[in-house]
Amino acid sequence: MHIKKSINWFILPLIAIIGVAVLFSGCESGTRTTLTATGSTELSGSIKIIGSNTVTPLSTVWSEEFMKMHPKVNIAVSGPGSGAGIAALINGTIDICQASRTIKQSEIDEARANGVEPYEIQVATDALSVVVNPANPVSELTIAQLSGIFNGKITNWNEVGGNDAAIVVLSRDTNSGTHVFFKEHVVQMAGLPSEDKSLEYGPDVLFLPSTEEGVSEVAKNPNAIFYPGLGYVTDKVKPLAVKKTADDAGVLPSVATALDGTYPVARPLLFYTNGVPTGVIKDFIDYCLSAEGQAIVTEVGYVPLQ
Amino acid sequence: MPAGGLARRWRLGEKFIESWIYLAGLLAIVVLLGIIILLIKEGVPIFLDTPPWEFFFGTKWYPVSEPPTFGIMPFFVATLWVTVIATAISVPVGVACAAYLSEVAPNSIRETVKPIVELLAGFPSVVMGFIGLMLLSPLVQSAFNLNTGLSGLTAGIMLAFMSLPIIISVSEDALRAVPDEFRQASYALGATKWETIWHVCIPAALSGITAAVMLGVGRAIGETMTVLMVAGGALAVPVSPTDPMMPMTAAIASGIGNAVRGGLQYQALFAIGLILFVLTLFVNLVADRVLERQKRKFQR
Repeated sequence: MHIKKSINWFILPLIAIIGVAVLFSGCESGTRTTLTATGSTELSGSIKIIGSNTVTPLSTVWSEEFMKMHPKVNIAVSGPGSGAGIAALINGTIDICQASRTIKQSEIDEARANGVEPYEIQVATDALSVVVNPANPVSELTIAQLSGIFNGKITNWNEVGGNDAAIVVLSRDTNSGTHVFFKEHVVQMAGLPSEDKSLEYGPDVLFLPSTEEGVSEVAKNPNAIFYPGLGYVTDKVKPLAVKKTADDAGVLPSVATALDGTYPVARPLLFYTNGVPTGVIKDFIDYCLSAEGQAIVTEVGYVPLQ
Repeated sequence: MPAGGLARRWRLGEKFIESWIYLAGLLAIVVLLGIIILLIKEGVPIFLDTPPWEFFFGTKWYPVSEPPTFGIMPFFVATLWVTVIATAISVPVGVACAAYLSEVAPNSIRETVKPIVELLAGFPSVVMGFIGLMLLSPLVQSAFNLNTGLSGLTAGIMLAFMSLPIIISVSEDALRAVPDEFRQASYALGATKWETIWHVCIPAALSGITAAVMLGVGRAIGETMTVLMVAGGALAVPVSPTDPMMPMTAAIASGIGNAVRGGLQYQALFAIGLILFVLTLFVNLVADRVLERQKRKFQR
């Protein structure tokens, strides 16, 4: 007798749970705008943003502000790296991919094969800074010297005018858009007469899983060198002035030098969506591009579009 | 209700539970087979592009270059280094601790220390990685006068901490399973406590201790987050334990995010996963065999 009873006790809550779940999934699915009692439309829905570690501080502040204005909107941001974000966009698991490099043709082809049409929006600009420990006497390097340090030809600071100490070269891992951008524009010196596409990161370069880890290692280690985005530069590390060639003047990374184009390693920060954004995703991106959103760009330490 | 009906109901319930357990057991096997098939299906095609000898003995890993090269020698050697360091530290310490807990410590101490040691096993590996990054790596750097504290040695020490709980716990069980007659016979012959532990208890429990060591080694080989954070991640084949290095698990974790499904890098990473799987499977099989022998030894 009591077995039958216990089955009932087991099944009834199950039915209740399934019922409630169906009810909720009906309400929560998709993005939509609801009419509130006052007659104004209120945004709701959820946005998933994955991609560049460099863009993460910016997207985080944007989404926090946006969620404050629209409490029913839920935005999740995570930053494993641009490559990871683009792979997720291709696999169709996210709404916005944040990237610190442009999408490759091979990735566009893969996306199209998967029925995804990448749509590019530039949201800010970054001056990719090269930082060392404040105790390091070196204060400026040419792109060719940086290339030598990162491809393993220059191994001691005294070769570039510093102390007699081995250089500890830190880089992001291959997930990172910064890794790829830095390789093309600094290690391989794209756009310079000395460009050499066969150059690679040297075998002794340390590949780190996050930008924070690189900055904290530079802050501790007097012989380390690393390349974080401008937004990650703290006063515990010293940015180097970068010279395009030995004859040019050294330029420190800053909002002003990135805007006027004198800083040689500036790059766009991008959002990719599947097709032209619509609904709440469009509202969010419009907010990022608005005067208010661009003011946050300056606050976080990146370079606004205008 | 007639008694027969109730018995039939009970039998039905029994049948239901029996088949439930059967299905659960079957599921474990199906999942394991599924993982093996997936690893082989996704990983093996890389050998069409990179011949196996180049893959295993190549020293260059440039997955995002044109054309990409895949040589996993640096990762393999790094895994060896890190595991050897972890084992060299955790085995003597772990076995000594187990011998103390089982043979020397009074009951009250054992009852408090053992759960605490086992609690250590529950620390998330990212926390251990963070401790290694913030506390241990500066220490290692200044102690060995290195360029950077992010090295295989740092990772090995952290891994030793992480495999200690399992080594202590399993070898303590093995030592406790040694029949008391052995100890009494030893004392009767005039042996001291130390002689009894060293010449009687540990040899008698050797197969169990070996199993404990193997389980610890398996943990060290498979650990990912900690080595990703503190091992340094350099792509050169490490010649010294104090070099920065990237073990196989870290290589998979740092590359899988941007590997597009079915691409060459994706296949190469799966092939590394397959090698890791075979390694840990082998270690665990040995441990299992040895544990089985230990059980039979005292079943007379």
